Amino acid sequence: MTTLQDPPVESSPEIGRERRRKEDQRLITGRTRWTDNIVLPGMLHLAMVRSPFAHATISSIDTTEAKASRNVVTVLTGADLGESQGTLINAWAITTDQVAPAHPPMPSDRVSFAGEIVAVVVARTAAEARDAAELVDVEYDELPAAIDLKAAANDEVLAHPDLGTNKSAFWKFDSAEAGTGGDVDAAIEKARGDGIVIEREYRQQRLIPAFMEPRSTVVDPTGEQITMWSATQIPHILRFALAATTGVPESKIRVIAPDVGGGFGGKLQTTPEEWLTFCIANRLGKPVKYTETRSESLMVAHHGRDQWQKLTMSAEKDGTVTGLKVELLADLGSHVSLVGGGVPVLGAFMFNAIYKFPAYQFNCQTVLTNKTWTDAYRGAGRPEATFAIERLMTELAAELDVDPIEIRRKNWITHEEFPFMSVAGLEYDTGNYEAATDKALEMFGYDDLRAEQKRRRDAGDPIQLGIGVSTFTEMCGLAPSRVLGQLNYGAGGWEHAAVRMLATGKVEVVTGASAHGQGHETAFSQIVADRLGVPFEDVEVLHGDTQTSPRGLDTYGSRSLVVGGEALVRAADKVIEKAKPIAAHLLEASVDDIEFADGRLSVRGTDQGVAITEVAAAVFAAHDYPEGIEPSIDSEATYDPVNFNYPHGTHLCAMEVDTETGGVKIRKYVCVDDIGTIINPMIVAGQVHGGLVQGIAQALWEEAVYDDAGTLVSGSFVDYLLPTAADTLSFDVDHTSSPSITNTLGTKGVGEAGTIASTPAVVNAVVDAIRHFGVDDVTMPCTPERVWKAIHSRGGGGEAATEGAAAPHFDAAEGTEGAGA
Amino acid sequence: MARINLTVDGASVSDDVEPRMLLVQYLREKLGKTGTVIGCDTSNCGACTVHLDGTSVKSCNVLAVQAEGCEVTTIEGLADTVDTDLHQVQESFRECHGLQCGFCTPGMIMQSVDLLKENPNPSEEEIRLGLEGNLCRCTGYHNIVKAVQHAATAAGGAQ
Repeated sequence: MTTLQDPPVESSPEIGRERRRKEDQRLITGRTRWTDNIVLPGMLHLAMVRSPFAHATISSIDTTEAKASRNVVTVLTGADLGESQGTLINAWAITTDQVAPAHPPMPSDRVSFAGEIVAVVVARTAAEARDAAELVDVEYDELPAAIDLKAAANDEVLAHPDLGTNKSAFWKFDSAEAGTGGDVDAAIEKARGDGIVIEREYRQQRLIPAFMEPRSTVVDPTGEQITMWSATQIPHILRFALAATTGVPESKIRVIAPDVGGGFGGKLQTTPEEWLTFCIANRLGKPVKYTETRSESLMVAHHGRDQWQKLTMSAEKDGTVTGLKVELLADLGSHVSLVGGGVPVLGAFMFNAIYKFPAYQFNCQTVLTNKTWTDAYRGAGRPEATFAIERLMTELAAELDVDPIEIRRKNWITHEEFPFMSVAGLEYDTGNYEAATDKALEMFGYDDLRAEQKRRRDAGDPIQLGIGVSTFTEMCGLAPSRVLGQLNYGAGGWEHAAVRMLATGKVEVVTGASAHGQGHETAFSQIVADRLGVPFEDVEVLHGDTQTSPRGLDTYGSRSLVVGGEALVRAADKVIEKAKPIAAHLLEASVDDIEFADGRLSVRGTDQGVAITEVAAAVFAAHDYPEGIEPSIDSEATYDPVNFNYPHGTHLCAMEVDTETGGVKIRKYVCVDDIGTIINPMIVAGQVHGGLVQGIAQALWEEAVYDDAGTLVSGSFVDYLLPTAADTLSFDVDHTSSPSITNTLGTKGVGEAGTIASTPAVVNAVVDAIRHFGVDDVTMPCTPERVWKAIHSRGGGGEAATEGAAAPHFDAAEGTEGAGA
Repeated sequence: MARINLTVDGASVSDDVEPRMLLVQYLREKLGKTGTVIGCDTSNCGACTVHLDGTSVKSCNVLAVQAEGCEVTTIEGLADTVDTDLHQVQESFRECHGLQCGFCTPGMIMQSVDLLKENPNPSEEEIRLGLEGNLCRCTGYHNIVKAVQHAATAAGGAQ
């Protein structure tokens, strides 16, 4: 079980406590409100007709037969809906001259990825809608498709011929230009003469977020407000974007994210399906529902990662790093989606990680292709950065033949150096890499495992042991609004909270963060219970409905606690301040003599006092309160963070590799994360476990694979390898604590940490097990086939030696696009 | 249409259904048993797991007409009442934080109940293999395994 380094102090009985979740009762009894559960009188159902081609013009659509099908209400095409369907937005043009195609929810002339919607069937039941969708006759003229990322970057085939190029935007950070460091090219040149240069190219394969609840949207246009329920992470952003692009006033739109079954960034999107459901419900004046199938979800819900990373790191002969240059190609897919172009930029400030690089340069070219568009997936930019630097540091250690821990110790920011201004221009507030690493090494039994590794190696054991290290940090808590403005992001990064003191002594907390499994209702109750001195059970957390929670920027980027939680703290503190003059009035004392502790406002130095809940009752009656103030102690706060938030940790993975089969098996996984103050250790452990498995899955199992024609061939759970209980193991999770100094509670984000840290730990372990065969890389996912080939090709563990496709039943000779292609 | 008669969560029900209708669709659409959910279309995820005459099945892999005359138990019928008398496995999932978003949870709990019925004292390996047909994306399975161990211990199956 997780333990805290510092036990909770006595005045904070809730923070640090392993409260069981308030959310669970309804979830374990099946009393749930998933969007697909919602049924309304007269509700109609949608089925989408989707393009089987990656790139084609639409010659004709014949809907006659479908319209005549049983219980079909209508069949609509892009031509039918025209501009009434609105348009999908890109909230983050990373450069002012970014090239981006128009993004109608349902195009009428040309499709640009396989799965794009060309017609919508509306019927009385979902089954009848699907039956009729089979009867829609669409004629296409197939066009050449831009599938391979590198080829697309060379404009060999254009994803959108009218744009004239596939290159969307080029984004650069240079420490010399920014004044945050030296000239990276000079550092590399120098190292070519008298130092060490490590040059690598790594592939971040395409991944699918694969939340368990397929996306669903219900729109009811029968009231004065049009209500949309959607399985989304971002009800507030969704409402704004609907209003901004459809002409419907924002005040007429209510968006509700009811129970939402996971997101991981995959539901941080505004989708064609939401726009079409909204448009068609309004057009017909009837409630309409659309729920995707899993196959549709894997095919068209946005994908993640998909980058090539060209990396050059320079160091002195003693292993001191001197420069890092990053050149990325990032696959946007068919469109620049909500924040798709910005995902690699979120990694731009993190390649330098915990190390003291004197010079740094980041270059990123985003590229349009005819594949499903990409956007945020757990970590969004930061896993890619962490993978690159943690693989490189391990390669540098191998080059110098020193322990990978030692090379890190030599280069990392020491505890005494905090706060530290990084070469990418970020100020890391707190951290203690030494403490986290020492603890992890001890838990892992590092020296014993190294000794065993040597024994197996010396004996030529067919089962070799590898040890992988990842000492990560990340930037989360998105985000200071002014910084987002400088990055040309279309919105702010603040969060909102309100605390309503009910007359009956209960407390309603409203948050603009929108949970989908994280346990906000529990953790936020703990914070408010402590802050206001009220029982945990008496706090009710409301979220996910723009009518009860009118202001918010939702949940992603490990922001809910460090940004939303701080808004909550400030709103609660305002409640106390508003209660003081009323308490003074009731107690016939001077307001200056009122002090607050443990839920009570007391007259200093006396036993006179009144509970804050009694003050709430008094202002509800409003029979007796001071002149000149309002009879309410309800309060709200909007908090704009002053800095990002920098959790860190040390992850260690022991991997057994069967050199005869290429099979890999994780034997032990230890992580010590420093996330500052922990509100609920049980919830934190759960976030870490789940994050770890998603990161491990990128290293070992998952890959979205396209064939040459642009068809997703891993479009079901039969083909896309989501790990099961039988594939995974129990983890050893612990913490050190360096509280953040940029929020009141000292918290740091934990939602993405496990995913960001674990992928390089696992690949480093695989490579470490077989490095003596001359292997210095295995392309992800490290399938048995790739590992076996890396061993048996003696040295070609990277791109050249491994198969392009993750799925071995697809013949590479027939053309499969993947990591090695 | 075919007439079916069956018992669901203790209640006798009777409906005319299309022969192609899946049991999970019948439960959700005809009976409003929305506690049982659909997570995939290839019988991989197990989110729709229910008990058919006391044995766990993926209800997306059973036709409604095949349930004729059978007794079906869903997550909604597992506890004696909605708010009290929870099944031990439900309690253990809460106690061990064996769920986050909760979407896989109904299926995961129903499968765990069946697993423990067949093997009251499973090893970690046996639990992991026994839950192999149920996917979860949130928990990394760590706490789900602990929840099943907790339930086994509470029921007196383990040391």
